Amino acid sequence: MSETTSANGFALDDSGQRVVVDPICRIEGHLRIEVNVDENNTIRNAVSTGNMWRGLEVILQGRDPRDAWAFTERICGVCTGVHALASCRAVEDAIGIEIPRNANSIRNLMMLAQYTQDHLVHFYHLHALDWVDVVSALNADPAATSALQQSISPWPKSSPGYFRDVQNQIKRFVESGQLGPFANAYWGSPAYKLPPEANLMAVTHYLEALNFQKEIVKIHTIFGGRNPHPNWLVGGMPCSINVDDTGAVGAVNMAWLNKVSDIINSSIAFVDQVYIPDLKAIASFYKDWLHGGGLSGKNVMSYGEFPAIANNYTNESWMLPNGAILDGDLSTVHDVDPRDPEQVREFVTHSWYEYPDPDAGLHPWDGVTEPRFELGPNAKGSKTNIEALDEGGKYSWLKAPRWRGHAMEVGPLARYLVAYARGQEDIVEQVDSLLTDLDVPITALFSTLGRTAARGLECSWTAHKMRTVFDDMMANIKAGDSATANMEKWEPETWPNDTKGVGFGDAPRGALGHWIHIQDGKIANYQAVVPTTWNASPRDPQGNIGAYEAALLGTPMADPEQPLEILRTIHSFDPCLACASHVISPDGQELARVKIR
Amino acid sequence: MPSRETFYEVMRQHGITRRSFLKFCSLTAAGLGLGPEFAGKFAHALETKPRTPVIWLHGLECTCCTESFIRSGNPLAGDVVLSMISLDYDDTLMAAAGHQAEELLEQTVEKYDGQYILACEGNPPLNEDGMYCIQAGKPYVEKLRHMADHCKAIIAWGSCASWGCVQAARPNPTRATPIHKVITDKPVIKVPGCPPIAEVMTGVITYMIAFDRLPELDRQGRPKMFYSQRLHDKCYRRPHFDAGQFVERFDDEGARKGYCLYKVGCKGPTTYNACSTLEWNDGLSWPVKSGHGCLGCAEDNFWDKGSFYSAVTNFGAMGGAEATADKVGGILAGAAAVGVAAHAAASTVSRIRSRNSEGTRHE
Repeated sequence: MSETTSANGFALDDSGQRVVVDPICRIEGHLRIEVNVDENNTIRNAVSTGNMWRGLEVILQGRDPRDAWAFTERICGVCTGVHALASCRAVEDAIGIEIPRNANSIRNLMMLAQYTQDHLVHFYHLHALDWVDVVSALNADPAATSALQQSISPWPKSSPGYFRDVQNQIKRFVESGQLGPFANAYWGSPAYKLPPEANLMAVTHYLEALNFQKEIVKIHTIFGGRNPHPNWLVGGMPCSINVDDTGAVGAVNMAWLNKVSDIINSSIAFVDQVYIPDLKAIASFYKDWLHGGGLSGKNVMSYGEFPAIANNYTNESWMLPNGAILDGDLSTVHDVDPRDPEQVREFVTHSWYEYPDPDAGLHPWDGVTEPRFELGPNAKGSKTNIEALDEGGKYSWLKAPRWRGHAMEVGPLARYLVAYARGQEDIVEQVDSLLTDLDVPITALFSTLGRTAARGLECSWTAHKMRTVFDDMMANIKAGDSATANMEKWEPETWPNDTKGVGFGDAPRGALGHWIHIQDGKIANYQAVVPTTWNASPRDPQGNIGAYEAALLGTPMADPEQPLEILRTIHSFDPCLACASHVISPDGQELARVKIR
Repeated sequence: MPSRETFYEVMRQHGITRRSFLKFCSLTAAGLGLGPEFAGKFAHALETKPRTPVIWLHGLECTCCTESFIRSGNPLAGDVVLSMISLDYDDTLMAAAGHQAEELLEQTVEKYDGQYILACEGNPPLNEDGMYCIQAGKPYVEKLRHMADHCKAIIAWGSCASWGCVQAARPNPTRATPIHKVITDKPVIKVPGCPPIAEVMTGVITYMIAFDRLPELDRQGRPKMFYSQRLHDKCYRRPHFDAGQFVERFDDEGARKGYCLYKVGCKGPTTYNACSTLEWNDGLSWPVKSGHGCLGCAEDNFWDKGSFYSAVTNFGAMGGAEATADKVGGILAGAAAVGVAAHAAASTVSRIRSRNSEGTRHE
């Protein structure tokens, strides 16, 4: 192709050196990125490939809809619970079940805890090493590190002795010659910009965050029995509340509620005193690295999340609003309706699936998929030893979802832009304050760092929001309402014979929808369209490129042999490939074509 | 290459006193369900051994096992990774990517042939020439076979690696296949659960490093120390089962009083795992304690055994037990007789269960 322009306006040139990065590590699942760089090592073409398919929606057919949350929860153990929640909402929507107020609060608490833990782990354990040089931390002056820490945060673990201990720990680790997960990486690359003291501070918090993250999810353990993969329930939540009576110790009681309250306090402290100051400190050294914007300055979308009012999934209720922005026009926010067959559609022209009409886009309720693994004519290597893919043909296990035909970016930055554009006060205040602190304009958000910053702000927002939701729930319990489940329509005899539903919302990584068709009490059809499918999607028949591919374009690489810049931008989306790779099969016919060889 | 450090040396360098080190050893030994005499052996082992290389691969999975692993409270996952093992490859955590990451596999094969532990999360799909799970352009199963050829032993983390789990549920469109059916010439330690309990994961790995031997396994290949007892037999709600006090519907009076969840589908009577004793997330709770029945997630093919909300008796092999339980529930007087009847029902379940799945009773 050499030089072309994508349908959504990005210049593409595949004439330069091809660089392949597979596996992309520090993500969930299996992802491959290929790029072409020009003579200045700037990325001019990008190809994003989902490397796995598990076929969960085929497996769901014919099963009891009340069990679906458990199956779909196993779509992903990193964003655990988010698919279970979407699934419960889909079944409740199809059958017409209203959940009690406490169940809504508990679901919100669990989802807020999930966001908080997931964002924290992403920043320190999946993303930080793209910005932080572990080896450079060995050259830090612990006293200066202590001074740096104390100048940006009241966090008590900040003495020179503390940082010296951690530095010695890293030193011994490095000197042991067994570098474990830090081996063969890109330490010393000119792409790293932090001074040694900032590196030591960040590495110290990498270790602290690893120990702390497991506390946040104990909110899941109390209400859902464990984490990862807590339990949920169609019609509400399985945990009963009993704060007064005989047997209180066998239910959610005062001691457990106190534990939840403590976890909320310590989560707020950690995020506000460690994560946010680190984020600002690191960002201040990379302010001139404003690459990676891609679709973020053009098309972003959020379904909305955290219903303040039980059973109300509209902007009247969402604490983070629903909406879509097109062409970067922040003055107009469009409403997004996952039920509308004209809005969400999936294409498979460049995906390893087959449609009867190869270039058609299908709404999830009408979706068809059968796997068809084949490489394009210009691919290099063989079918089981791919050296380079041909993006002119089929090249990914992900489909290409589009909103009204547009490729959209989803995730924390998309949610924050939608909320900002809708003028939601708490978000506007948070965003404006960060922009002032860093002394950058709002357009700086349209970048890799903007994505990373929005995730941090959101983590603080979700940690604080847990307090609001918890206090509301306590007031409701005080008023005498302790119900957690509505079992009126539990039995299949009470259901319509043929009904459809959709459960939607926003997961930590972006817009998430589950579409279900129930016939005679069984699942006739199920489909999930998930955040990473939106972001990592291959091209569509109109030639629109997806968010990952768009974000990589124009980025200069310090050394194409060391793909740090690619990792930075791809990690800023927090990829989750187990979520993204899925398939639907609407009837037994498709199922039969999934051959067992 | 510099000489490898022992775990004890690393801890000393972290400023941990010998006294604290020994305390750690006795706590860990106790956590493994071992007697106090093992604390000394444990300490000796950790004082003298270099960190064992571990290669952690991911096939088709959801990464819940890794997430569970980092929830471990004792020992902390950070201490395991930095001080006890040498995690030389793990695509979820490692800093390198692309060919720099894949080179580490060859380096390990070269340096530690026959010495490293291969930890497998997820499983390989065999349909479509293995290309339902592609890594570095090739089928995952090739990488798995290659790394298995040179390892000392394999840990199959979770139900995906142990049994197949959700992607292998009917009709298993990708032919997702558990590790022991692909690798047949190496010891495979199954640590099932979706996911396994964090401290079971760190417990198994710590045991292997401390004692330099594989844990004792049951006939299905699971460590006896964690998987030899039914949840039901150690369940704190068991007295309610024995007394015929059941939750009939979620959030009913019985649910609020913490009655037995058997009739709303709890799979505790047929599930062998440590949830009801170790519990989850630093021992805070476990599914039954938070009001939902056990899904049976550590059992082979638990996805295809009927709804999670039908009592286990609804399965053909268990016929009759629910009727007994119902009858038991109806008897209001004579708690002792009730207990006996319920136990009889449960033992029947146990016997049938063990016959059907090659026996997993207390051995």
